[in-house]
Amino acid sequence: MIDYDEQRIGELLRLLPAVPEGWVRAAQELPQARAELAAIVARAEEDAVFRAKVVADLEAALEAEGIDPIPSVVAALRVRLEQA
Amino acid sequence: MAGLTTDAELVARCRAGDQSAWNELVERFSRYVYAIAVQGFRLQGHDAEDVFQEVFARVYEHLDRLRSDEAIRPWIAQLTRRLCIDRLRASGREAPAELEETAGADERLAALDDALTVRAGLDAVGDPCREILDRFFCRDQSYKVIGDALDLPSGTIASRISRCLTKLRSELEGKIVRGSRV
Repeated sequence: MIDYDEQRIGELLRLLPAVPEGWVRAAQELPQARAELAAIVARAEEDAVFRAKVVADLEAALEAEGIDPIPSVVAALRVRLEQA
Repeated sequence: MAGLTTDAELVARCRAGDQSAWNELVERFSRYVYAIAVQGFRLQGHDAEDVFQEVFARVYEHLDRLRSDEAIRPWIAQLTRRLCIDRLRASGREAPAELEETAGADERLAALDDALTVRAGLDAVGDPCREILDRFFCRDQSYKVIGDALDLPSGTIASRISRCLTKLRSELEGKIVRGSRV
């Protein structure tokens, strides 16, 4: 329980401004993006030519699959490929 | 605060693969993460965005490792903080002046923690108060813009804000009267 007056409540509300909409959407789409990554990795395990293409340019490979190559997704793909 | 899914319930649903719960979790903590990065550590642009996405990526990946579902909030705060510091170090911004600036981060982070509690109260109060207060305090909109958007006379916005603040205060004090008109 917080016991603040209305002025302090207003000040605290101002501390949490809206986040750029695209950022929130990208974070919400993470589960789907991770599933798509899994599909890319599975295909790379079966197809050496595809794997070489993906490893050569991770960002381009993601874009080709319709996935936004934000750094956290690129890093996740790199880790998964290394583990595969 | 009544009427809201608790953090623990939300985490449990996320762990079970519930996409709508994940959407809600991101929505619930997005402003908090953003504010820690931008206000607590003064990150900007791509640095702030990268930290923001990395926080939620790690939350998603490591949700199973959370010892207690209720601990999601401090965990997210700590994770965001650590990633912000990593980012500052990686970008070579360790000049003494900037370290002094981050030294004040503790106070700012404590205020953000209170702000998140108030935000949760706002969500519990619901619309129309949530929208009016969010537009005025968080999006910095004028009475006219708010009035136009909500189809309300702009002359009534100030009094509505005042009544909504009182209602939010009651919610935070645990003495909300449900269904009261604003």
